[in-house]
Amino acid sequence: MKNAQSTTTRVAGRIAAGVAAAALASTMLAGVAQAAENGKFRVGIVTFLSGPAAGPFGIPSANAAKVIVEGLNKGALPAPYASKGINGAEIEAVIIDEAGGATKQVEEFRNLVQRQKVDAVVGYISSGDCLAIAPVAEELKALTVFYDCGTSRLFSEDTKPKYSFRTGLDAAVDNIGAARYLAATKPDITKIAGIQQNYAWGQDSWHDFTLAIAQTMPKVKVVENQMPKVFQGQYGAEISALSVKKPEVVHSSFWGGDMEAFVLQANARGLLDDATVVLTCGESALDRFKDQAPNGSIIGARGPFGAFAPKNALNDWFVKSYTDTYSMAPTYPATKMAQAILGLKAAAEKAGGGNGTVPTADAISDAFKGSTFESVAGTVKMDRADGHQAVQPISYGTYKYDPKTGKATIENVMTFSGDCVTPPDGTTSDAWIKAGFPGAKCN
Amino acid sequence: MLSFFAVLIDGTIYASWLFLVAAGLTVIYGVMRILNMAHGSFYAIGAYTAASAIGWYFADGSGSAGMSFLILIGAALVAGLVVGLAVERGLLQFMYGRDEILMVIITYALLLILEDGMKLVFGVNPYFAYQPYTALGRSTIAGLKVSNYDLVLIGIAITVGVALWAWLERTNLGKILRAVIHDREVARAMGVNVRRMFTLTFLIGTTLGALAGALTAPSISVVPGIGVEVIVLAFAVVVVGGMGSIEGAAVGALLLGLSRAAAVHFAPQFELFVIYGVMSLVLAIRPQGLFGRTLARKI
Repeated sequence: MKNAQSTTTRVAGRIAAGVAAAALASTMLAGVAQAAENGKFRVGIVTFLSGPAAGPFGIPSANAAKVIVEGLNKGALPAPYASKGINGAEIEAVIIDEAGGATKQVEEFRNLVQRQKVDAVVGYISSGDCLAIAPVAEELKALTVFYDCGTSRLFSEDTKPKYSFRTGLDAAVDNIGAARYLAATKPDITKIAGIQQNYAWGQDSWHDFTLAIAQTMPKVKVVENQMPKVFQGQYGAEISALSVKKPEVVHSSFWGGDMEAFVLQANARGLLDDATVVLTCGESALDRFKDQAPNGSIIGARGPFGAFAPKNALNDWFVKSYTDTYSMAPTYPATKMAQAILGLKAAAEKAGGGNGTVPTADAISDAFKGSTFESVAGTVKMDRADGHQAVQPISYGTYKYDPKTGKATIENVMTFSGDCVTPPDGTTSDAWIKAGFPGAKCN
Repeated sequence: MLSFFAVLIDGTIYASWLFLVAAGLTVIYGVMRILNMAHGSFYAIGAYTAASAIGWYFADGSGSAGMSFLILIGAALVAGLVVGLAVERGLLQFMYGRDEILMVIITYALLLILEDGMKLVFGVNPYFAYQPYTALGRSTIAGLKVSNYDLVLIGIAITVGVALWAWLERTNLGKILRAVIHDREVARAMGVNVRRMFTLTFLIGTTLGALAGALTAPSISVVPGIGVEVIVLAFAVVVVGGMGSIEGAAVGALLLGLSRAAAVHFAPQFELFVIYGVMSLVLAIRPQGLFGRTLARKI
């Protein structure tokens, strides 16, 4: 019996060892195949391909990634990105859907890094996803470029990032910029109201905006703020509640379908006859508002992106290529995605190698940290969060629709330098605003 | 004073919309005992079809408001009848008589399939079909500016409610349906073609869902996921009013609409909570809902 048991154990052990060896061999073979396949620089692109954020943000971002990657692989971009691919290696984009929540995204991120062996990940619109991914990126030592999410907590919670970078600006910048624009263009207003989506983005935006307004326009009184559920769509009662308080300005960080529905309903109800609306994400619907957003509405693009992007050879190429491919001009999420990929290329090529070699995540991270690179949206300085957070100007302007041409444009553009709207390292946006923006350098 | 008046107007408009969204759900449950999780998808299909049709109609920049309303209703009829018939004939007819919980799971699966189907057909870009909404202009009532489209919506909701009531209470077909609601076995024994009644009821329910979506489309940006958002509200209305009761859905919609409007005006911090708070309160006092009837379980 003992012998029988021991024989069984031996056989089981051999089977287990055989299975383990086969698994190891297949993993190694897969690794070899991966390495052979990887004459390419593989980039995971993560953005919303489904759900309410797909139309206004995710699809333009994915389209921009395709345009930029194809252009780089052909060597079609102007200087300083005229060389093919990254370090001469062809770029392969692996595009995945950001929908499904933070837990799913962490699984998808691990899958991209550990199984699909991407060399870098560029992505994430949702602040919740960014906050969940950042520590995993550090754990896996995976180079990750956050291109859009706006949370101010990204680097304050992870104080010593090495592999995580953000080439987009945070939400505090949007709202400090909006407050500065109002102070410059509507210095006589006395009553402000707001309507925000009731989750972290809306709450943080309103918090930052009201703090900034208290500094830039101390006589202004906040008369109302509404916080409807995200994706609610129907805002009749909220519009009435705002109307009865007769504000002169209505601030909103709404985005996507909620923003478009609110503007449509508020305009039809006459709220926007008497009050000017400030839409911090307004540029993303520039081509869809038509005559439903009143002329004079103040819109932003979360930085110098989309219609606010400065004129330069890179942006000219990007706008033309994107428009030729998708029959519409790129909105701000598209510009932000393009910027992130160009930042990655700049850092990887600064890390060196050439001749088709792909630098390690450590080498690219070291090169990315504190770097300055050219983008479709001008010069970007990785100048905050110990060299991991981009600093750029932010622009606001007023909406104008021409019914004859059916086109919308932006007028009265004002741009505030990065150092005018971004807190210095070592302080939070909250503390910086409350202290009256010490050290701000405004143009 | 203006705020109280605004609560009344806003609450009634929101209640009208809630009733239109919930009417189809309660009709289907009342007759077929199917808690149709896919109802939100019919709402979304109606919205997408109407938005596409309106976009096509106004593509050259001209078009009349009256015609656009006919297009909205026509789009809802086509979407509700075609998709409803396909779902009922292609899937549900094979499932009749199954446990109610199983039907919930089946219609939930249908919701997921239809959501992805809509992405394939309509894409993920927003549809903006505002012309009928703005064409009617606005009125000023006691100092409050109100969209005339929203006032028309109140009229449509009342018309739909009265028509459904009259159909069920005053027509032979309605009497047959009530017999099916009361006891489907006895109705079958008396010669009623229950399956045909089920098909008819399902088509009415899906068309009502599509009509709600089509009438909502001009005032919103039609994007993926709108159907999922409304289904929760529709369930709240049906549960408060009593499952399967038309008059219950009307009263439930009014109660929730006014409560929400009051919260928005006087205590915005409770706005997210108020609909579910009212629902919990009603269920605590009357678990069968305001107009629901307690039924003896058959053995």
